[in-house]
Amino acid sequence: MASPAQATLEEFIKALRASEVRVSPAEAIDAHRAMIEVGYADRALVKDALCITLAKTEEEVARFDACFDAFFTRDAFRGEAMRSAASSPGGAEAGGAAGSADLPLAQMLLDGDAVSLAQAMEAAAARARATDVRLNTQRNLLSRRILDEMGLRELEELIQRLRESGAPRDESLADRLAERREALFQESARFVDRQMQLYATETGRRMREKLLAEQKLTAVEPEDIRAMEILVRRMAKRLATRYARKRRRARRGILDVRKTIRRSMGYGGVPFDVVWKTETIEKPKIVAICDVSRSVAAAAQFLLLFLYSLNEVIEKLEAFAFSDRLVRVGDILDEEELDVAIVAILKRIGFRPTDYGRALADFADLHRDALDRHTTVIVLGDGRSNYANPRLDLMREIAHRSRAVIWLNPEPETYWGQGDSRMDEYKRFCHVAKVCNTLNQLERIIDEVLRTYMPR
Amino acid sequence: MTVQLSRPSVGPAPLASVEAITAGLAGVGYIASRRIATALYMAQHLQKPVLVEGMAGVGKTELAISTAALLGFPLIRLQCYEGLDESKALYEWKYGKQLLYTQILKDRMGETLAGAKTMEAAMDRLHGMGDLFFSEPFLEPRPLLKALRQDGGCVLLIDEIDKSDEAFEAFLLEMLSAFQVSVPELGVIKARTPPLVFLTSNNVRDLGDALKRRCLHLHIPLPDQHLEERIVATRVPGVEAQLNRELVAFVQSLRDLELRKVPSISETVDWARALVLLHAEALAPDVVRETLNLLLKFEQDIVAVEPKLNELLGRASEVSGGE
Repeated sequence: MASPAQATLEEFIKALRASEVRVSPAEAIDAHRAMIEVGYADRALVKDALCITLAKTEEEVARFDACFDAFFTRDAFRGEAMRSAASSPGGAEAGGAAGSADLPLAQMLLDGDAVSLAQAMEAAAARARATDVRLNTQRNLLSRRILDEMGLRELEELIQRLRESGAPRDESLADRLAERREALFQESARFVDRQMQLYATETGRRMREKLLAEQKLTAVEPEDIRAMEILVRRMAKRLATRYARKRRRARRGILDVRKTIRRSMGYGGVPFDVVWKTETIEKPKIVAICDVSRSVAAAAQFLLLFLYSLNEVIEKLEAFAFSDRLVRVGDILDEEELDVAIVAILKRIGFRPTDYGRALADFADLHRDALDRHTTVIVLGDGRSNYANPRLDLMREIAHRSRAVIWLNPEPETYWGQGDSRMDEYKRFCHVAKVCNTLNQLERIIDEVLRTYMPR
Repeated sequence: MTVQLSRPSVGPAPLASVEAITAGLAGVGYIASRRIATALYMAQHLQKPVLVEGMAGVGKTELAISTAALLGFPLIRLQCYEGLDESKALYEWKYGKQLLYTQILKDRMGETLAGAKTMEAAMDRLHGMGDLFFSEPFLEPRPLLKALRQDGGCVLLIDEIDKSDEAFEAFLLEMLSAFQVSVPELGVIKARTPPLVFLTSNNVRDLGDALKRRCLHLHIPLPDQHLEERIVATRVPGVEAQLNRELVAFVQSLRDLELRKVPSISETVDWARALVLLHAEALAPDVVRETLNLLLKFEQDIVAVEPKLNELLGRASEVSGGE
């Protein structure tokens, strides 16, 4: 049933999955059907047809194009040694000597037959299960296994035999074979590299992302920051979708029998006007206060990043940032691009010594009247106040006026209350006070917060 | 393309091969890239809907309209929005008509029921009347149902599916995979000729995997210089070749800038039209400055581009002159 062309398509789909184009079995079947429709004769047509059936987002289209080109390029053996072999006279007649004829690999090498060599290597790779390669460390092993499958051991024995025979003719033949064997090594390494690119990039990346999501926000390596940003954005988008769906579902009503009957009185009992029950949905009002002082410097960037993402997700978000003074940053988040916004905020008030008391006073001045029983206040900070007055009275008032106060602290709980930390005192006024030091924790907590708004 | 020609053609003649589609669409004024034509070909032969994505103004909706024109099929359009539900998309009962009829027929019903001695007998007679008021004459078909009932085939355009709710998306699944819908009162309605379905999306939200899996996916990118020139030439017949080249080169260079909204094809076409109306023979800085608001829709973008205008125009004329 499975023709070679079908097997190739299966392999290609495997490569696609590895390069992060999600292909479900149903789509794979579609791809096969598509190929039956268009045939394999026209390369461009094959590419377009497969792209349309398999790649489902703009990014996937780009990845598909790259993967297709990589997969269907068979690089012929380009080694210099090979080329010279083809042109050098005597290659063919020497090949017949000393039993190399019954060793196809030696014959191919001597002939410089690049096409046969490439085919032999692919066949060997299939036997060595090269497409299962996942990790960088498997590279050398795999390369070796492919060569073994091609008959490297026999080749080496042959070279050995030729050298031992001592005849000058055999000696030079052995030299030539040894030289081409080197070229073959290089080719197999290149081949494995390409397999790695095709099949292993995704696994490695996914593993890294998983680690990053569990990585402490305060200890992110500079080279990981970009990857982290992507993760944060994806997370915000995920929350947004989930959250929007819940809110919309609540908008749908069921028949309000009582009101319908009451209104039907005007029409002689005929229910002309149908009334639907609609649930009134509380629009969440979230006030986020973000510490960007020196003590949380390492985490500040991510807290702001998250604040930015949250701002895009939630309609009514009031955002503040503080170190010694507190300012409103909603406008900056609204108007500027992400990178600009973070830099602008940090420039304006970032990295100074913290004064929680002062910041709370500023917050009370600016925003006290806007707090009501629909408001949730989220504080992102470590609660380290540099021994200044923590103004617990203000904290109590804020907690009293708003629906909930949620404090996310990047420090582990054992540090709360140690040194200049007033966290254990602030904690008393918080409905939720949690350690939040990894992206996974952040997502879980925000998800909980959003869920509390859902009408029951 | 011997492969296609040797196959018996399943669909209407204009969809027999990718080349025929490209030529046919060009005939109705739509310049399609190869990938677009292939998508259309696959949609016809695999009988799958096409999900078309791309920036606003790259010709997503236009593709459906042009395909309908090419095939001579009616185009049935469903514009999606938040809160759209079955009663707007599929069918609705004509409540008013039902009420009116019950009122008019009140006496008639009284007569029918008059002979019944007991309550039960009256009930039986009522049952005997059947689902009179829930039958075809009281059914108000909406776009989806209309599309399924077009026996000669039609083009169904579900525009901006990303604006609709997820629930509606799920509702569409049955329709898109089997070309049938279930109406509780009438049973399953299946299309005799499956419509050619286009869904468009601007990526306001991520569509569900289930929907994507049922569709072919076509992403229309912004065109390159050559393709865009051909599009402008087709859409704006009066445009000179030299001006066309220059203005397209200029728009292409705008797309490399960091703008809030880069101009897409429809903006280029509008601008070309304006330039022709103004009898502009070449891109003079003054004319461009005055008409820039046709290309750029945000004040910030215009402010950002204006100081660089001369430089951009210089480069545009260089590019187009060099060819």
